[in-house]
Amino acid sequence: MDFLRPLTWDEALAYKAGRPEATPIQGGTDVMVEINLDKGRPAALLDLNPISELTGWSAEGRTVRVGAGVTYSRLIGELGSLLPGLAQAARTVGSPQIRNRGTVAGNLGAASPAGDSHPPLLASGAVVEAESARGRRMIPIGEFYTGVKRNALAPDELIRAVHVPAATGPQYFSKIGTRNAMVIAVCSFAIALHPGERRIGTGIGSAAPTPRRAVAAEEFLAGELDWDGRSALDPGVARRFGELVAEAASPIDDVRGRADYRLHSLSVMARRALGWAWKDYAGRGSA
Amino acid sequence: MTSGDLSRRRFFAQAAVASVGMTVPMSVEPGAPEADGLVEVAFTVNGKGERLRVDPRITLLDALRERLELTGTKKGCDRGQCGACTVHVDGRRVLSCLTLVATMDGKRLTTIEGLAKGDRLHPVQQAFIDCDGFQCGFCTPGQIMSAVAVLREGHAKSDEEIREAMSGNICRCGAYPNIVEAVKQARS
Repeated sequence: MDFLRPLTWDEALAYKAGRPEATPIQGGTDVMVEINLDKGRPAALLDLNPISELTGWSAEGRTVRVGAGVTYSRLIGELGSLLPGLAQAARTVGSPQIRNRGTVAGNLGAASPAGDSHPPLLASGAVVEAESARGRRMIPIGEFYTGVKRNALAPDELIRAVHVPAATGPQYFSKIGTRNAMVIAVCSFAIALHPGERRIGTGIGSAAPTPRRAVAAEEFLAGELDWDGRSALDPGVARRFGELVAEAASPIDDVRGRADYRLHSLSVMARRALGWAWKDYAGRGSA
Repeated sequence: MTSGDLSRRRFFAQAAVASVGMTVPMSVEPGAPEADGLVEVAFTVNGKGERLRVDPRITLLDALRERLELTGTKKGCDRGQCGACTVHVDGRRVLSCLTLVATMDGKRLTTIEGLAKGDRLHPVQQAFIDCDGFQCGFCTPGQIMSAVAVLREGHAKSDEEIREAMSGNICRCGAYPNIVEAVKQARS
């Protein structure tokens, strides 16, 4: 196995162009499990850790560009107010040790349906910045996940950053697991209120071959909410929203949970997350 | 020790090119791997410079234990779930089983062996003894490395916060209440 050590982003792109089969490695918290358990032996590893261009984030207009090397720990510490949904999800990733190494871009590269970053990225409407020696490409998050552990990246492309719209309303993330740390989600859910556009964003994790939105649930809810009056949430609307979220999923039975449990818990998480978000929105009064 | 253990340890040792202690760690030039597929990496461990030529698949945990003979860092699960292999890299706690040693070039590492000053234990080590923060002791190096970082991070303000901040370290003996007490003692 070759170990490729670029020092700059341009070098990394050149390596990837020459060795498209190379597996990029940043925090290593996902890739290493496969190597240690001998599940897969990459032909080559492309170490992105030394590339300082990747370790920053910047607010560009109403969007935050998060570099591929920004760890979950930094996201929690520095971006909690701009990207509350993503920061909440980051707090549930692995353990403090994992969060010191792991990155959102790594989550995207692995494209596991259970990755914690995916639901809030879907709910916010993020865009993945991919680049190869051929040029740069912006991939809307809804088009990024193409199958179980598969994504829309071309073999010679690397993820350079993720562009996430700054929150304009309350955002929440919820996740079912067996313990408080080191949990691969049984299933997870994210909601984002976009009051300016009278729109709801959702993301479902670990309950379909790919992370996905619950589009029908979003449209139903956006039409039912009292955006201007901010009156209390109708429990019937919240329940129906939960049902529609569950209907958008297509889970399987596996070692972490049964499909029917996932559907039930999704409807409960969706109803509760909506409750928290609406309480925040209604409590804020007219802004 | 079983013969299996012996031969495995010996295999690693023989396969290894001797590591050379250096006073000043030197960064290794980047670039394509060498013809034999080994990667050269230089870093400091507990203040001492080390330079290794390693197979790129070798984890930091295996390199510490098998190449540098720093066996205080324990291998529990080898998949990032137990925290027994926690070490500090540039002051931050990470899992050495999920870290390739080849990515450690130029880094500053601290392991459990680097906490005490001679015979004087680190305050967290002393607190684990005073509070009975362990039974079998296997998870203890990782618990202590985590606890040192938790205190440095300022995440030990309440029992609840300590439990959350220590949640990446499992103790199968169940010494958790005493571990929380030890962190509190070390905090004060």
